[in-house]
Amino acid sequence: MMTHPFVRALIYLIGLMAFAGLNAAYLVWCERKGAARIQRRIGPCEVGWAGLLQPLADGLKLMTKQLLVPDGVDAALFRLAPVLAMLPGMVSLAVIPFSDTLQAREMELSALLIFAFASVGMLCVLLGGWASGNKFAIISSTRAVSQNLAYEIPMLLTVITIALIVGSLNLRDIAMEQQGNLFHWNLFRLEGWHILTMWISFIIFFICSIAETNRAPFDLAEAESELVAGYMTEYSSMGYGLFMMAEYINIVVGACLTATLFLGGWACPFGLAPGWWWFVLKIYVLIFTIIWVRWTYPRTQIYRLLNLSWKVMIPFSLVNLLITAGLVKFL
Amino acid sequence: MQALNCSVAGPALFSNEGMVGIIFLLTIAMAVAGAIIAVQSRWLVRSVAGLALCFTGVAGLYYFLLSPFLAMMQMLIYVGAISILIAFAIMMVTQADSDTKRKRNYSVLAGPIGFCVAILFFAGFTVLALSTPWQPQPHGQAGTSRDLGMALLGPHVLVFELISIVLLMAIIGALVLAQHGRHSRNREEKGA
Repeated sequence: MMTHPFVRALIYLIGLMAFAGLNAAYLVWCERKGAARIQRRIGPCEVGWAGLLQPLADGLKLMTKQLLVPDGVDAALFRLAPVLAMLPGMVSLAVIPFSDTLQAREMELSALLIFAFASVGMLCVLLGGWASGNKFAIISSTRAVSQNLAYEIPMLLTVITIALIVGSLNLRDIAMEQQGNLFHWNLFRLEGWHILTMWISFIIFFICSIAETNRAPFDLAEAESELVAGYMTEYSSMGYGLFMMAEYINIVVGACLTATLFLGGWACPFGLAPGWWWFVLKIYVLIFTIIWVRWTYPRTQIYRLLNLSWKVMIPFSLVNLLITAGLVKFL
Repeated sequence: MQALNCSVAGPALFSNEGMVGIIFLLTIAMAVAGAIIAVQSRWLVRSVAGLALCFTGVAGLYYFLLSPFLAMMQMLIYVGAISILIAFAIMMVTQADSDTKRKRNYSVLAGPIGFCVAILFFAGFTVLALSTPWQPQPHGQAGTSRDLGMALLGPHVLVFELISIVLLMAIIGALVLAQHGRHSRNREEKGA
């Protein structure tokens, strides 16, 4: 059945917004439950069964609170920053192929689009932090931006290795290339000796995606022991809520990207019944790993973080790129 | 009168062309509004935000010109890197709470001369745009990454290599400046 393009766009818009909102709400619940279990607590359990209505209550509370605009802030930028912070995640969700037929917009260079808009999020953090006119917020936003700039380079370099192997930056093509069982996925691919370098790419990409989304152990931007709440210090009610949602949507996008680039997109590990359910399963396994890492390792320090990127990750990813190019060319 | 209206009105609002037209006007509005904010704002950081908005509008225009790769690069490099570098520079150089632009004391003639130059540019571009026989490009494929690679390392390889030399010189320059700063600070510390 051919639906009208406007109807299709509207359905996808509503669907993606619902997906993003539900993920943002219930990943907070998952995070709190996960943290509690790892620290031998129970976590939210009062509101609803197993605390399942807690995100709803939190959302209501945030929406009914007053959005305070303190004296001495740049009011326009202060209000604009959290709204724009949602933009990159939402735009990126539009080009992610959930399955063979479930993709809002297919385009060449869709992998590039995600990175292009990720930089808008960085700018929002910087502007929000500056507009707050608060020392903690400014320090935190400069930290966040230097961290994101540093980790964007190795991340893009590892994406280039994938592009070399597949010959395309179209996420759908990249996923189509890996259809079949486990040994067709980029991470475990048997043909052409790519397995020699792919796991290095995967590790670099996964670490970078954690760092790009400002998650622990790399959450220096909101290190509560030194910076109160970082760039979100002055924000109340939904201003804070939007930054929070943006963070979780970015995590979802990072997991989607990892699943598409390395783990075969919507392919099944045993070659059975490929479809969006496998994709969603992979995303949530990756997100669970990210939560698990956050509550297992302590926070690093800012200079260690930057050294890790500039002195370890970038040289490794450059050499990895060279070796991959050699493998593609000569084998 | 009715017939005239219909012929002038163009495509209906809720057709594909109408929507595309609205988005096109929005990108132009973004570019112009961003430029005005960048020039007129009293606060330097707001100017940077306006500049980023303007770059985004220009990226939209590239997309309309069937060059999605250029649009993505515009977002990645200009919005992502250049605006952030400018914002950093502002934060480093001026104090965060007192960075209003200096009061301007140009001569009285500055305004009229600027206005005339702007009008000249506008007239020039208008004449150029109206006198060029535009040929609409066929809506083919808008460049896969393979085509881009072929083009960059085929016909445009000289430009590609020259740009890398410019970047190399920039890196060397930054290193020299940073090295100089480090040595002079060490000397000052020793002297003190």
